[in-house]
Amino acid sequence: MKYNELDISLKIVDRKGNVHIVDAPIDMGLNLMDIVRMYDLAPDGTIGVCGGIAMCASCQCYILSSHKLLDKSDEEEAMLGDVIEVKRNSRLACQIQINSELEGLAIELAPAELD
Amino acid sequence: MIKTDILIIGAGPTALFAVFEAGLLKLNCHLIDVLAQPGGQCSEIYPKKPIYDIPAHPEILAGELTEKLLEQSKQFNPGFTLGERAETISRQDDGKFIVTTNKGTKHLAPVVAIAGGLGCFEPRKPNIKDIERLEDKGVAYIIKDPEVYRNKRVVIAGGGDSALDWTIFLSKIAKKVTLIHRRNEFRGALDSVQKVQELKNSGKINIITPAEVTSIEGDNFLESVTYTTRDGEQQSLSTEAFIPLFGLTPKLGPIANWGLEIERNAIKVNNALDYQTNIPGVFAIGDINTYPGKLKLILCGFHEATLMCHAAYKIINPGKRYVLKYTTVTGVDGFDGTRKEATKNVVKSIQ
Ligand SMILES: Cc1cc2nc3c(=O)[nH]c(=O)nc-3n(C[C@H](O)[C@H](O)[C@H](O)COP(=O)(O)OP(=O)(O)OC[C@H]3O[C@@H](n4cnc5c(N)ncnc54)[C@H](O)[C@@H]3O)c2cc1C
Ligand code: FES
Repeated sequence: MKYNELDISLKIVDRKGNVHIVDAPIDMGLNLMDIVRMYDLAPDGTIGVCGGIAMCASCQCYILSSHKLLDKSDEEEAMLGDVIEVKRNSRLACQIQINSELEGLAIELAPAELD
Repeated sequence: MIKTDILIIGAGPTALFAVFEAGLLKLNCHLIDVLAQPGGQCSEIYPKKPIYDIPAHPEILAGELTEKLLEQSKQFNPGFTLGERAETISRQDDGKFIVTTNKGTKHLAPVVAIAGGLGCFEPRKPNIKDIERLEDKGVAYIIKDPEVYRNKRVVIAGGGDSALDWTIFLSKIAKKVTLIHRRNEFRGALDSVQKVQELKNSGKINIITPAEVTSIEGDNFLESVTYTTRDGEQQSLSTEAFIPLFGLTPKLGPIANWGLEIERNAIKVNNALDYQTNIPGVFAIGDINTYPGKLKLILCGFHEATLMCHAAYKIINPGKRYVLKYTTVTGVDGFDGTRKEATKNVVKSIQ
């Protein structure tokens, strides 16, 4: 039984490999990058640098589950075209809005770029 | 040695406004930024995007905000060390600080204000073997002085705003500009994309897509780059300059080793008082600091800059009292001899 029915549950693997199961509200207009910040799963300044406008790739993540996500926008596609460590399942977390269909989504944060 | 009253690390909006507030207190400022231009995030990440929460500006472009801040502080003759990273700090016997950059430029000041934002903007480097060897020998990630490319053959890589803008700019002075990008699509302001299209159509520049520079060649100086197209074909292109523009990402950088109290990538300050750090005389303002309730917003940086300047005044002028006056009342006397003041009312009878 979930704490709140307006929450979905997500699995997030941080950059050190630690697994976190977190609740994410679907009614607050948040995206996946916001959730990572909400739970402090990556140090400040290493995620969400551009504030979520697909212009920095600091929120790059790999999708581990088989959820069907909305296609990438041109901006997301272009930004991912500029960075290294990009895989076929790479997405920008800031471009994925939290909604009820993402229940159980599993992601892994891509390594921080300048470490 | 560059001498000043308040040495500011960073030249983002917080630093630029600090110059103005310091000027009102007759204090000089000198700014160091690793970027080639002032403005911090506003000029590096989103110059053409609007901001809606600057008080009294219902809407202002980030680039425009930078220009206005520069205009506002110009009368106080700020000094700039641009394109250099503040690397080390040391304290002299008289209590003053010496800050040295990666290029060896030394700065002396009784007060240091760190306005380093999210950190030093560092270029995203492409994954090319040996690229470090030819850095500054034909390979550059930041264009500091475009004149060095006059009459040269230049290869630019990247697909964002800065790749587009520099392609446009350098097409006017370089002998030949080639733009190489991994995709056919470019991402940037509409006018930049259109201009690059025009330049291509008129044969003024060369565009190679989708392709990626995969190796570079040259002994003491860059001689050529090799790019690989999507179907695996390799081609060599002789050139004197290779400029990969894949954006910059911020990193706290050398400041992390200055003995400051760091919490979650930010510098802890005393917000109840004056935004001083654990090192007396060293302040941290704007996005780079942290305290309970901190918000990384431009307007909060402005407030912090103002309080920092007043605390700096007390350090620099010990024992002297300062009485706050309104700019409207006293006017503003620039260090460049200019004076701004309200027009005086007249006393005149009306018959
Ligand atoms: C896309 C986007 C949209 C935003 N929208 C808004 C908004 O609507 N409203 C709002 O209030 N804020 C907004 N912000 C946040 C705002 O831009 C920041 O709060 C502001 O830029 C912080 O200013 P700053 O001067 O403290 O730091 P910065 O602007 O980050 O500048 C710091 C400078 O210091 C330099 N530096 C750091 N370390 C060193 C070193 N060791 N040596 C030399 N140089 C160094 C860096 O290169 C950088 O240029 C937005 C940010 C982004 C990315
Ligand atoms: S936060 Fe910058 S791309 Fe997502």
